[in-house]
Amino acid sequence: METTMSTAADSATTGGHEAPRIAINMDGHRETAPRNAAKARAEGLSFHYGAHRALKDINLEIPERMVTALIGPSGCGKSTFLRCFNRMHDLTPNTRYDGAIHFYPDDFNLVAKDVDPIEVRMRIGMVFQKPNPFPKSIFENVAYGLRLRGVSNRALLEEQVEAALRSAALWEEAKDRLQASALTLSGGQQQRLCIARALATRPEILLFDEPTSALDPIATAKIEELIAQLRDQVTVLIVTHNMQQAARVSDFTAFMYLGELVEVGDTSRIFTNPSKKATEDYITGRYG
Amino acid sequence: MATPALPSNDLQTVRRDVASRKVRDQLFVVVGLLALFACLFSLLVLFSKLVMDGSDRFTWEFVSSFPSRRAAQAGILAAWVGSSLVMLVTACTAVPVGVMAAIYLEEYAPKNWFTGVIEINVTNLAGVPSIVYGLLALGLFVYKFDLGQSIVTAGLTLALLILPVVIVATRESLRSVPRAIREAAYGLGATRWEVTKDHVLPYSTGGILTGMILGLSRAIGETAPLITIGALAFIAFLPTPPLTDVAPYVSFTWLTDPFTVMPIQMFNWVSRPDPAFQSNAAAAGAILLGMTLLMNAVAIYIRYRFRKSINW
Amino acid sequence: MNEPKRPMPAGPATSVGMFASLRYRKARDRVVEALLLACGMVAVFITVAIVAILVSESAVFFEHVTLKEFLTDPLWTPLFADAHYGIMPLVAGTLTTTFVALAVAIPFGTTIAIYLSEFAPHKVRESLKPVLELLGAVPTVVYGYFALLVVTPVLQKLLPELPGFNMLGAGIVMGLMIVPFVASVSEDAMRSVPVYMREGSYAMGATRLQTALRVVVPGAFSGIAAAYILGISRAVGETMVVSIAAGMQPNLTFDPTQPAATITAYIVQVSLGDLPHGSIGYQTIFAAGLVLMIITLLFNVAGFFLTRKFREAY
Repeated sequence: METTMSTAADSATTGGHEAPRIAINMDGHRETAPRNAAKARAEGLSFHYGAHRALKDINLEIPERMVTALIGPSGCGKSTFLRCFNRMHDLTPNTRYDGAIHFYPDDFNLVAKDVDPIEVRMRIGMVFQKPNPFPKSIFENVAYGLRLRGVSNRALLEEQVEAALRSAALWEEAKDRLQASALTLSGGQQQRLCIARALATRPEILLFDEPTSALDPIATAKIEELIAQLRDQVTVLIVTHNMQQAARVSDFTAFMYLGELVEVGDTSRIFTNPSKKATEDYITGRYG
Repeated sequence: MATPALPSNDLQTVRRDVASRKVRDQLFVVVGLLALFACLFSLLVLFSKLVMDGSDRFTWEFVSSFPSRRAAQAGILAAWVGSSLVMLVTACTAVPVGVMAAIYLEEYAPKNWFTGVIEINVTNLAGVPSIVYGLLALGLFVYKFDLGQSIVTAGLTLALLILPVVIVATRESLRSVPRAIREAAYGLGATRWEVTKDHVLPYSTGGILTGMILGLSRAIGETAPLITIGALAFIAFLPTPPLTDVAPYVSFTWLTDPFTVMPIQMFNWVSRPDPAFQSNAAAAGAILLGMTLLMNAVAIYIRYRFRKSINW
Repeated sequence: MNEPKRPMPAGPATSVGMFASLRYRKARDRVVEALLLACGMVAVFITVAIVAILVSESAVFFEHVTLKEFLTDPLWTPLFADAHYGIMPLVAGTLTTTFVALAVAIPFGTTIAIYLSEFAPHKVRESLKPVLELLGAVPTVVYGYFALLVVTPVLQKLLPELPGFNMLGAGIVMGLMIVPFVASVSEDAMRSVPVYMREGSYAMGATRLQTALRVVVPGAFSGIAAAYILGISRAVGETMVVSIAAGMQPNLTFDPTQPAATITAYIVQVSLGDLPHGSIGYQTIFAAGLVLMIITLLFNVAGFFLTRKFREAY
């Protein structure tokens, strides 16, 4: 932890003209905190669209390098909750956060007014419901986040792009056509590209907003496999409307209903032995 | 009084009724096509009339001569050079200002009364008659800023005129970039300007280009505001060349030179009673019309190409 | 929430030079935003400048001429020794040419809009619409030539008494010029009528024409009205066609076969001469311009609200 902080300080003081020294080790993970320690914790989090209160007093802990799934019927606020983590709601006028999402190990409140949403998004990546690659080359899609952070060294970019594409299990398919437009990829490949794009910036948490809802079953299976592997390098929070998916990929599952968090626990327990009636009704298919 | 009967429901009546209604449908198709082709036909007549009337004036001499008191010796040299330079000023001012204003309104502006005021202004400016821009330029550029009846005055006047065109076209094409693309970029930690310059702007280049060309094609044929600022029709010299052979090789004195432009030259010839000048007018009109139609065709082509290349 | 905005910890790919620092990026964002706002303000500035110039120059004019004389005197002869300053002859010319133009543009524009929106196959619409829009791109001075040397001679064959300069020919050509505009705005309005409304009508056995006239056109009514009103505003402000083909003599008549001057033609006529800056003749064009501006503004505002109404409807 101390050592990683000093790297940042070093590069900030040495100025921008020399090539930045960057550790390239996408497979190994940052030893910032022991696995399963709290990476983020929502405390009394409420969220308002104008006068409408979409999230009500949510308390939830997101463990480090684990996959946490958010399930619940449509309109229960699971996507709204997910989008609080990287402040996407700030793009919509008339929205308000109450309460806190503590972010560890730094321990600051992600949704506080004086915390810059851009800084939050630089540390917490997101993969969206529909694949949304930029209409640029595959390479430029993955490199974009790094370019934003000022990386312009070609060799370094190539290394990082390759590492990110490998982590997203897209390297073998894409290595011969890095300069081709991302729109020439299939839907499933595009979604893996979006995952690679997010991974390239080394996010601390990766948010998935129903990432397979626009994909066919085979592409879905690949993405699910990928998410299961990703837990070795990054904390994952995933919203899904598909309960089997939650059961397959996640370590912990949280059930939300009408803007409230009903129940959270080990995925196996939630699906076999839920403690709340509402959870049981949902997973047995009574609604949603 | 007998109750009026409902139309009979037997098969023959129904068939007769449907048939007669379908005939009316067919008739309307004919009427619609006739109306459409009447308009297109008049465009064709207009163009061929210009070409025929001006046929004996399509010579190199016509393009390379100054105006003259004798119709047969008069040419459009000063006019097309003037038009080109005025368009240069217009493009260099209206395009950057218009595109930036559009970006502000579409990407930055918060929804409040102040933005509403700007929006209403843009909509309203698009409907202001062109001659009113001429009056504005006369009062503001010619007399208040003392720019005289010069190329820069004309260029700025036309820039004001096409600014709403550029703004509206740019906004439309910015709006066509899907929200998901913006979210993807924001999600990676981009600032608003980075999202705009790296993504939204490049993906809407086609629409912006189209708007720019359409704006300029309107400006190049615009006559009334330039008459109002006092453009002359009889210019027998060229403006100072913008490139010189002494350092720094670029000169801006042409900006303050007097000028004439194609439509004013044509207007001047049309208003003369001598029919010999009418064929000069026709030839100038054919060239002017050819230029505007060409610009429009290019704009339509660009729009078509970009629609094909990026399919969200 | 201690120490917000602390620098990013060392995600490897984030340790870079000062030029990419978040502070620099955000400062750049603010500078750019100010610049963009300034450009947005240009639109407001232009409007203010137009109003300021027209009002201030007209104010001088109205020191010489009473509003009553301006509105009621039947003569407009500001450049004659016996000067009269009645705007009505110019307004009459403007209204008459506008009326003729609309008599052409509304039937043609609406028919074409209904055809393109409800009847034309996709390919026909996509290829003919841009060609039709070329009609709106023709320089107005070229239309003036057309009105004077093509349309008027044809009309003279039908009406032998017709003078060489007349409002009829000018108005017809102006109408032709406005057709694509009326057609395109009306067509947009018709196409925004939802498909389910058409389907409801078809399901009851209606033909295309019946659906178009009884469902689509009423449904798009405010949009079509906006198209007409914006068309009026165009016709009122049109300058070159009337300057060239309608003659420039102020003439208090509503007979389209007569020559007459419009407000715009008068401004052109004065500008072609050499009136000294500050003379009363010079100020008349601003007074005329102010009247023109007020008329078009009224129509534009009405059109703006009508368009907004039909956008809200669906």
